[in-house]
Amino acid sequence: MKQTDFDWKPLALVPVLALIALPLVGSGSNWLTLTVAGLAMGMIIFIIASGLTLVFGLMDVLNFGHGVFIALGAFVATSVLGAMGDWTGSQELWRNLVAVFPAMLIAMLVAGAVGLAFERFIVRPVYGQHLKQILITMGGMIIGEELIKVIWGPQQIPLPLPEGMRGAVLVGDAAVEKFRLVAVVVGLAVFGGLAWVLGRTKIGLLIRAGVQDREMVESLGYRIRRLFVGVFVVGSALAGLGGVMWGMYQQNVIAQMGAQVNVLIFIVIIIGGLGSTGGALIGALLVGLMANYTGFLAPKVALFSNIGLMAVVLLWRPQGVYPVANR
Amino acid sequence: MMTPLLVLEGVHTDIGAYHILHGVDLVVPRGQLTMLLGRNGAGKTTTLRTIMGLWRASAGHIKFAGSDITAMSTPQISALDIAYVPETMGIFSDLTVKENMLLAARRAKRASDMDDTRLKWIFTLFPAVEKFWSHPAGKLSGGQKQMLAVARAIIEPRELLIVDEPSKGLAPAIINNMIDAFAELKRGGVTILLVEQNINFAKRLGDTVAVMDDGRVVHSGSMQALAEDENLQRTLLGLSL
Repeated sequence: MKQTDFDWKPLALVPVLALIALPLVGSGSNWLTLTVAGLAMGMIIFIIASGLTLVFGLMDVLNFGHGVFIALGAFVATSVLGAMGDWTGSQELWRNLVAVFPAMLIAMLVAGAVGLAFERFIVRPVYGQHLKQILITMGGMIIGEELIKVIWGPQQIPLPLPEGMRGAVLVGDAAVEKFRLVAVVVGLAVFGGLAWVLGRTKIGLLIRAGVQDREMVESLGYRIRRLFVGVFVVGSALAGLGGVMWGMYQQNVIAQMGAQVNVLIFIVIIIGGLGSTGGALIGALLVGLMANYTGFLAPKVALFSNIGLMAVVLLWRPQGVYPVANR
Repeated sequence: MMTPLLVLEGVHTDIGAYHILHGVDLVVPRGQLTMLLGRNGAGKTTTLRTIMGLWRASAGHIKFAGSDITAMSTPQISALDIAYVPETMGIFSDLTVKENMLLAARRAKRASDMDDTRLKWIFTLFPAVEKFWSHPAGKLSGGQKQMLAVARAIIEPRELLIVDEPSKGLAPAIINNMIDAFAELKRGGVTILLVEQNINFAKRLGDTVAVMDDGRVVHSGSMQALAEDENLQRTLLGLSL
């Protein structure tokens, strides 16, 4: 019996997809630009999806309202960054970061606080009832979107990148947008933080165990509901952070932006294996890369390509690339 | 007469539209090993799950050390130092053996916080736990998983250990190992409630016995008396055992 039995095959899918795309894209510089863009998009989707996959894994809750936290985070960022125009308008990157960091922090706090209320009043009454969960969380998202319109107005709001994050750096002949590099760094930081908490702390151990068998975790004396509320709040806060990144990626925000991203998020968590954060990372990177390659090669099939990707992965591994045991 | 540690009085349990327990009366004396026997579908597992609060009793009372625990949640019941090993063993397959043990050691934040003396004692009872300490629990054999499940239940001192069919599907050598381990726990003063289908397992370990049929306890008394009376065994348990 091997002590560590790491399954590397899903991890290899990301470079394999990138290598398959290389001859199709043709130009090496275009390929590098698209690959970095795909990885950046994948990292942002991972930030959003990581909490949702744990929420499903831990309590079997299908939260179709997750998108509202994305939109909320992005709108909060427009207010915070708008109030810090002197800092975002500076050419110096450190001054830009001083503005973006509190925008992220406040967006996470607001999304987390709204997540707490969302869990208490919308999700809790429908534990164990999947159909009602889908209906009521979608309803909750619609109400959330309308409340955003009441606060920020119904129109699209620009979310321009801070001056120092605009433009691109040249890597050989390839132009790599600075913000995409920032997105990759933030995504890696979130993944590193989640990996540390899940792999190195007792809380993380409880979450991983709860995803597999919540009844046994309760039998060992732990209150899984409290753990779930904590995960739900953190998941909502991460969606808020993802919303800030997604809004800056798109450079504008609308109240329905969360609903638009919802499809991609569910593709990611299904590809990854419900409840698996490692799987969500692989799924998000694959989706990000696929969206960018097909957007360049055949724009009309861009959305279908991700659904096709999901179908192919599920034919290979019906429970997702990293299925959670006991589920 | 031993003082009772756990008492069930007229416990009824409904699961959805099904009425499973029809007024279970059961006494588990302190410091003894009580066997809960009965045919498949008699209500043994439901009784254990109801004691643990995993299914709610719809009527009746469950008392532990004199206190009513009927309405308590599962974590509250567990906090009374009641450990439960389900029929499925409840092993977290994606975690290592060490991580499974660490979860059960509620006061330990990391592996080094676990009680070293107790851990060594557990390793003598179940050497496989030490041998596969850093391995994924999902890779263990059925017998090794059962050892881990019991080891996990006793990583902290317990007042009551509840185990559902520990011999199910195990090889005779492993069953003997389990019998030795339960006998050692009994000598240490742990009260044990054990559901079993294997009558030989029950005869070798049990002090007292309760036999269930159709959601009720239909016989209770000493294990020795039941073991010596083949007619009574046939009447109560049928020939399937």
